[in-house]
Amino acid sequence: MRRGPEAEVCIEFRAALPEILDDDQPADLVLVRHVDSCLKCQAEVAKYRRLLRAMRALRTRYLDPTPDLLAQTLAGLGEASERKVVRHLLTGKRIAYAGAIGGAAAVAGGAAAVAIVARGRRRHVAS
Amino acid sequence: MTQGDETPVEPDEVELIAAAKAGDRSAFDELVRRTYMDTYSMALRLTANEEDARDVVQEVYLRAWKGMGTFRGDARFSTWLYRITANTASTHIQKRRKHRTEPYAEHHDVVDLRTDLHPEGAAESASTLNRVEAALSSLSPKLRAIAVMKDVYGLSHEEVAAELGISVAATKVRLHRARRKLRAELDAEFGERGRRAKGA
Repeated sequence: MRRGPEAEVCIEFRAALPEILDDDQPADLVLVRHVDSCLKCQAEVAKYRRLLRAMRALRTRYLDPTPDLLAQTLAGLGEASERKVVRHLLTGKRIAYAGAIGGAAAVAGGAAAVAIVARGRRRHVAS
Repeated sequence: MTQGDETPVEPDEVELIAAAKAGDRSAFDELVRRTYMDTYSMALRLTANEEDARDVVQEVYLRAWKGMGTFRGDARFSTWLYRITANTASTHIQKRRKHRTEPYAEHHDVVDLRTDLHPEGAAESASTLNRVEAALSSLSPKLRAIAVMKDVYGLSHEEVAAELGISVAATKVRLHRARRKLRAELDAEFGERGRRAKGA
């Protein structure tokens, strides 16, 4: 088959078509003029547009999942929420425990200090 | 159902989102009920594996619930979920070394909402859409991911690039490659032979 200059433009146009459609911008002026007069390339544009239209139509075409997916998803969310609550409570308890231990340690330390001071005084008085 | 940019927002979706953001689990559950089939469909198209798609759906809603506070409402809720689904599916596919794909469209009942929401899409026959679905599932995971996110779910190149962790230039290159492959695969469907077959 003989390929003239127009066939080369056809090849160039078809190679660039996915990009041209993506950016939705006017292509190279030479290519635009060529498409205006080339029925084959016009048909190619139509095919691509139809492909993209069909792809967009898939979006509202739901593939039906097995019936238990919703129940499992909601149950998973429930478990995650419970874990969150338990973690929150444990964090709160940890703070309370730490506070109690810290308080007890402070009291014990204070008592020990008082005892040491009192013992020192008793020794001082005895001597 | 409230999916798709062309779909009007149901009045109470805004209220449900606000309540879910404030920590109301029942409001979030209602959002899950309304969107899970859409999320599952996208997950299945991205993973091409039913088991993976189920795992992805469950993880998507856990992530969404944890991240509700970060949803600002400047994008649609469905678009926000699409982005989480895309990201989760991508991570899932990377984790699974032995990733099995299956011709999912053949084994699934289809709930088609086109006539309600997209009258222009109703022009395509169910068999054409089945072939497009099959052609999509035959693409490599990398090309399929871009084609599904961009051409089916309408995410921008920037959004796709962000969720897949690649450059915008790379998404464009892959998208154009995917379109060429789909076009070649569906030549008979959209070409002269396809038209003649329909006319007959």
